[in-house]
Amino acid sequence: MIRSLPSSRSYRIAYGAYVFLFFTFLLMPLLAISVLAFNDSNYISLPWNGFTLDWFFSATDNRQGLFADEELIASIVTSLSTGFFVAILSTLVGTIAALLFEEEEFRLKGLLYFLALAPLVIPGVILGISILLTATAAGNHIEDTFGLDVELFRPSYWLVVLGQFSFAATYVMLLVSARLKKFDRTLEEAALSLKATRLQAIWYVTIPFLRPAIIGAFVVAFILSFSNINTTIFLIGSDPTLPIDLYSRIRFSSTPVLNAVSFLIVLTITCLAIINFFASRSKN
Amino acid sequence: MKNNKNYFNFTFYLLVVPVLTWLIFMIVIPHAELLISSFKAEDDMGDMVFSFANYIEFFTQQIYWLTFVKTATYSIAVTLLAFDVAFPIAFYLTKVASKKNASFLILLLLIPLWVGELVTVYGWMVLLGDHGVINHFLMTIGIINEPLNLLYTNFSMVIGLLYMSVLFMVIPIMSSLASLDDSLIEAACDLGASKWIIFTRIIIPYSMPGIISGAIIVFMLVIGDYLAPNLLGGKHSLWFTEQIYNNFLTTFNWNEGAAFGFLLLMLSSCVIWLALKLSGQKLDKVGS
Repeated sequence: MIRSLPSSRSYRIAYGAYVFLFFTFLLMPLLAISVLAFNDSNYISLPWNGFTLDWFFSATDNRQGLFADEELIASIVTSLSTGFFVAILSTLVGTIAALLFEEEEFRLKGLLYFLALAPLVIPGVILGISILLTATAAGNHIEDTFGLDVELFRPSYWLVVLGQFSFAATYVMLLVSARLKKFDRTLEEAALSLKATRLQAIWYVTIPFLRPAIIGAFVVAFILSFSNINTTIFLIGSDPTLPIDLYSRIRFSSTPVLNAVSFLIVLTITCLAIINFFASRSKN
Repeated sequence: MKNNKNYFNFTFYLLVVPVLTWLIFMIVIPHAELLISSFKAEDDMGDMVFSFANYIEFFTQQIYWLTFVKTATYSIAVTLLAFDVAFPIAFYLTKVASKKNASFLILLLLIPLWVGELVTVYGWMVLLGDHGVINHFLMTIGIINEPLNLLYTNFSMVIGLLYMSVLFMVIPIMSSLASLDDSLIEAACDLGASKWIIFTRIIIPYSMPGIISGAIIVFMLVIGDYLAPNLLGGKHSLWFTEQIYNNFLTTFNWNEGAAFGFLLLMLSSCVIWLALKLSGQKLDKVGS
């Protein structure tokens, strides 16, 4: 039943078949859209009419490929820049939170840590509506009192960044904490006894040790932002992110360009996964 | 020494201020505002006043609480299903497959996880549609003559929910099983224990922390999901999050939406709290 124990042939075959089925289930939707992105047809599905790159490059009226679709390109750019700011902000605050909870002792630590973990178990919808309600209430209050219309408090680009940051920081904190737990604290103490300030010790000793985890967490925060829809949909202003744009296309006007975009996302993620695979293997 | 202490304090504030800002402004105040908004409704004069109207509406309109109960039941069912599907896979990857094969398969696992839910839900629409890949294939090889009605049913919704959540069950179970010493299983086997006994007395109890973490995350993801019920479910596959979306984005009844949101938050918190209590596990275990 495990590597070192013998098991019957039929058991092994049945088990292997189950694992094979599971991975088929897992990869089937991704394979299907990837192949159909090159189908020479105006419908998103089969039959197969031959190979084409139209859904990437065509710029005619009835076939607008991915790279000719300005709206789509704009939403990809919005998503990339949102992801970048979310990743920066949540990596910064998440790393600080990891240092705070792993290295400091203070009153109410347990309560704060509980709050920092809360986004793991709060559905994204709830975060979205709560932040929308709060921002709107604050915006109305400022408008009534000072007569100012602050864009941040309306559904807008920066509200999306803040909303996604609110949960991405938790994931960063967990990833960085996991590495910080393996940190040899005597290194920091050595720095302190050599007259480094606490801040210098963190900056020159602890942070370099954490670097791989921080880079990994940055990528994770970016991906969380790039694929998020549950929280984003409530906070979005006039420029949609890619998932929001795709969602409305899926509901109202499916064309194979959706397959092309999905294929590009799958391709990018596959490359990232392979890089990650070899990076972690060379470390071992 | 005194100086040193001052440095400590300065660093402490440097660390605590950003974290407090994050938690107070992005977590505490918004959820307080959610609760407050849920108790506001328009009175006869059109003014916003304190009221239980939103909650009364929920309990008196059958469609709302029926959807709520249905969402809860389906979420628990999908969580159990995810466990059944995920456990053999997690066991295979940690204990059965060779190290080399396992690391390749884990690479494959990561791809759907990172691609994001929208793309995978869309993939299932392409597969399950009336003219989709599966129907096309079955009709080509002649098993069926008419396309099967797969998409926009409870079946397709459950497939979508299972697909997007199952990996969050596989991964925590794998990390539990990774530290299980093989010699425990070998010893049990030498002493004549059957597979079933080894499974229920050794493997399951040992991996319980991972199972609980996985179950909590899966449940939370499923109950709060919107895309799978909305895009894959049919007219009758109402999901409670859809009611919230409607309140916020279609009818603009934000206060009722806030009440529904708060009820959903209570439901998921209660179930998660119960799971932690029954298993004696702490919340910080769920994250790791």
